[in-house]
Amino acid sequence: MNAKKIDKFATGILYTIAGIVVLILIMLLGFIILRGVPQLSWSFLTSPSNAFSAGGGIGIQLFNSLYLLILTMLISLPIALGASIYLNEYAKPGMITNTVRTMIEILSSLPSVVVGLFGFLLFVVQFKLSFSIVSGALALTVFNLPLLTRSIEEALKAISNDQRNGGLALGISKWETVTKIILPAAVPSIVSGLILSAGRVFGEAAALIYTAGQSAPALNFGNWNPFDIDSPLNPMRPAETLAVHIWKINSEGIMPDAAAVSAGSAAVLIIVVLLFNLSARWLGRTLYRHLTAS
Amino acid sequence: MTTGNCYILKFDSKQEIALETKQLKIFYDEYEAISAADLQIPRFKITALIGASGSGKSTFLRSLNRMNDGIASVQGQIWYRDLDLNSREIDVYAMRRQIGMVFQRPNPFPKSIYENITFALERHGITDKKELDERVETALRQAALWDEVKDKLNKSALALSGGQAQRLCIARAIALKPDILLLDEPASALDPISTAQLEETLINLKQQYTIVIVTHNLPQAARISDYTAHFSQGVVVEFNGTTETFTQPKIALTNEYVSGDFG
Repeated sequence: MNAKKIDKFATGILYTIAGIVVLILIMLLGFIILRGVPQLSWSFLTSPSNAFSAGGGIGIQLFNSLYLLILTMLISLPIALGASIYLNEYAKPGMITNTVRTMIEILSSLPSVVVGLFGFLLFVVQFKLSFSIVSGALALTVFNLPLLTRSIEEALKAISNDQRNGGLALGISKWETVTKIILPAAVPSIVSGLILSAGRVFGEAAALIYTAGQSAPALNFGNWNPFDIDSPLNPMRPAETLAVHIWKINSEGIMPDAAAVSAGSAAVLIIVVLLFNLSARWLGRTLYRHLTAS
Repeated sequence: MTTGNCYILKFDSKQEIALETKQLKIFYDEYEAISAADLQIPRFKITALIGASGSGKSTFLRSLNRMNDGIASVQGQIWYRDLDLNSREIDVYAMRRQIGMVFQRPNPFPKSIYENITFALERHGITDKKELDERVETALRQAALWDEVKDKLNKSALALSGGQAQRLCIARAIALKPDILLLDEPASALDPISTAQLEETLINLKQQYTIVIVTHNLPQAARISDYTAHFSQGVVVEFNGTTETFTQPKIALTNEYVSGDFG
C-alpha cells in the first residue's frame, strides 16, 4: 500500500471508532430518555415519593440532590481554589509539591464507594454527624476535591506567563497578580470545570448511600429555618438524593410502579447532567466575553 | 580597533547616570549567564543591548528590575540613586514602579484598555477618578496610542492589533511615571509598520525616561539608540556610543557581529 492509501485507511478506521463512541452515547441517552420522559409530569417532579403505593414522585429527592450539590461546592470550591493556586503559582518543584500532586492523583482514583465507606466511618460514626446532608457533602467533597483542584490548576496553567510577568513588572505583588489578573482571566474555564464536576457530583450515588442516607423524610417547604427538623435547609437531616433513589428503587423498591418511577428518575438525572454540561460551555464563553470586555 | 578583550565606555561627571551595575554576575544553577558586567546606563538616553541569541542580554536586562528573582541567582551590585537594587532590603514592588518593563510579546491584561492602565495605578493607591483619567490620557498620548483608542477605552484590550497592544503595554508602564523603562525585544513580534511607530514612540519618550532596550534588530539599535552594549557569551565586550559601535567598533568580536560576519 502506498502512503496515500494507508492514510485513507487509517482515517476511515479513526472515523469508525469515533462514530462508535457517538453511537453508544446516543443509544444510551435515547433509551433512558425515551423510556423516562413519558413518566414526567409536574406532580412527578414535585411530589414526595411513596414507599408502598403507586403515584409517588421525586420532589424531595430532586431538592436534596440540588441542596447537597450546592453545599458540596461551597465546601470544596474554596479548598480546591487554594490548593490549585498554591500548586500552580507558588509551589516550587520539589519533594513537597510532588507529594501533594501524587496525593491528589491517588485521591482522584479512589472508587467512590470506598470514599462513601470512609465518609461513613469518619463523618457519620466518628464525628457523630449521623446520616445527614453534612456527612454527604463532606464525603462528596473528598470525592470532588481532587478533580476540581486538577481542573482549576489546568485553568490557571493555561494563562500565559506573560500575564504574570506583566503584573509583576508593574510593581504589583504576586498575590494581587494572581488574584486580580490570573484568576479573573481563568474564571471562564474554572466555571466550566466547576459545572462539569457538578454534573459528576449530582449523579453520584455510591458515596452517598452510607453518608447522606437512603431515606427522604417529608419536608415542609414553607419552613426555611435551617434548625427545624422538617425544614428543607436543615443540613443535619438524612437526605436521599435522586441517584441514590434510583439505586434504591431498583434494588429493593416495592411500590407497584417502581419501574416507571425509576425510568422517570433516570431521565431527570440524565437531563440535569446534560444541562450542566451544555451550560458549562455556554457560561464559560459568556463569562469570558463579559470579563474581558470584548 | 584592538584585539583586546573588552572596551567599556565610562562617563564623566557631566552625564547623569540612571543605573550602574558593578561586577554583576548571573547564574542559572551552575551555568554562568553573565560574568562580571560593569555598565553605566546614562539618564534620558536610549541604550541598546545587542548580541547573538544566548549572549545573556535579556538575562542582564531582567536582572535590572529583579524579574530574575527565583529564576536565576544574581550577584554583584545594581546602583540606582544610592541604592543597591540587588540587596535583600529592597522592596522589589516599590522599585518596579520606578523601573518598568515591557516584554517581547505584547501582554495586555484581559481587561478594558482603560483598566489595563488604571489597574496598577489603583494598586499603588491612586483612586481619584479625575487623576486616573488624566494619567490614562497622558500615558496613551505619550505612547502615541491616544488617537487610535480614545473612543474605545472601555473595549477589551485583547481586540487591539499587536503593535497597538505593545504601545498599550508601554502606556501601562509609563502611567506609573517610572524613571527607567526596560524593553525586552519589544518589536520582535511586530510588523515593519508597527515597528516604525514603536521606534518613533521610543525616541519621543527618551526626553522623560531612561530607556534600555534589548534588540536583535541591528538597524533598529542603530536608528534609535544613543549608546550600544554588545554582549557575547555572557560578557559585555563593548559599550560605546552607538555611532562608534557601529562604524568604528573597538573590539574585533563587535566588528564581526555588527557587520554580520559571524557564526
